[in-house]
Amino acid sequence: MEPFDRVVEEHGAVVLRVCLALLGPDEAHDAWSDTFLAALRAYPRLRPDSNVEGWLVTIAHNKAMDALRRRSRAPVPAGDGTELSPSVGSDGRRPAAGDDPAEAAIGQLDCTVLAAVRALPPKQQAAVVHHYLADLPYTEVGAVLGTSPEAARRSAADGIAALRVALSPTGASGLPTSRPRPRKR
Amino acid sequence: MGTSTAKHNHQTPGHQTPGHQTPGHQTPGGSTAGDDNGVTSRLAASVPMPGPEALVALRARLAAEAEAEGLLDVAHRTVDSPIGPLLVAVTYDGLARVAFENEGHDEVLEELAAAISPRILAAPRRTDPVARQLDEYFTGRRRHFDLEVDLRLARGFRRQVLDQLRLVDFGHTVSYSDLALAAGSPRAVRAAGSACATNPVPLVVPCHRVVRSDGSIGQYRGGPEAKRTLLALESAA
Repeated sequence: MEPFDRVVEEHGAVVLRVCLALLGPDEAHDAWSDTFLAALRAYPRLRPDSNVEGWLVTIAHNKAMDALRRRSRAPVPAGDGTELSPSVGSDGRRPAAGDDPAEAAIGQLDCTVLAAVRALPPKQQAAVVHHYLADLPYTEVGAVLGTSPEAARRSAADGIAALRVALSPTGASGLPTSRPRPRKR
Repeated sequence: MGTSTAKHNHQTPGHQTPGHQTPGHQTPGGSTAGDDNGVTSRLAASVPMPGPEALVALRARLAAEAEAEGLLDVAHRTVDSPIGPLLVAVTYDGLARVAFENEGHDEVLEELAAAISPRILAAPRRTDPVARQLDEYFTGRRRHFDLEVDLRLARGFRRQVLDQLRLVDFGHTVSYSDLALAAGSPRAVRAAGSACATNPVPLVVPCHRVVRSDGSIGQYRGGPEAKRTLLALESAA
């Protein structure tokens, strides 16, 4: 069995990417830490033939869902509560912090795309994130979601179709966060 | 005013898609049949793959939380020294391993994962006293290590030999036959030699202070040159 250090080394970035996509930057770090702490606890019992990345993404998915449930129970702050982050620039991207190397290494998040992803039904959202951002094959996406690989593939395809509509210049209906409110001239 | 002019940088610098091992797996992010209007590539670019710097603080936090939760079975770090970088590994019971560069630190960590626990992380807190005392030793400011030692990797007679070896003071040497005698088996000179050769915590359990009866320095886990350096360091002090 590999030293756990090496597991963090190999898969830490992908897990952070999944947490960033599902939760946005403010909660991603907590979810990452919760994920790897839970993984460390269970690691000696992990079966040797397991797909470690799929296993980690499963844990990250569950931690992110926990965070979203906590968020939905928490009082909603000003605004409609659907923002990924209060500090989103007018172009929909969160500006990268200048001085903090950790923030800079995360890079810029496209909050327009992520808001559209987060508006998807949960299965589609997870399938899209795990296949296109965590780079997992559909057999593993299915394992994460508890469905067959075919069902995972369908969920991802449905999600991509919905994103295509949501992100097209003319078809942004149903996504109030991606469109600025009209102002009086 | 009301028109959206959002720009999206599709080729985010530093963005990389990790190579995937599964044969036949379609690379995500590429527009497949041109039927998604670039949605999959926009999606792939929406969260750039975080660089290693993004994980530095997170890994430090993980090590601290793992320590606090009692999940960090082996904490390790590398310490620079005049005889090359040393890997030190500390369990909850004490220093369990000091490894020379020629042993291959990655291989040593794998051995520790198998022999002690795979719950292994680089962590400063538990390894700091070891690093500090080694530094003091190499700079002539320390003659005795004041550290808990976990000798679980040595068993039976080898363990007895190492227990005797801890009594050999800075600047002194003993022969392999002296050591065998002290460990209670005067004829087990070769076994005493192999106990030294497999000492899991060299330097702190000072197997470099064991030399041949004819005065030649004999073998050393870190190579004869390292042994010569250590003996010279101690005789000069």
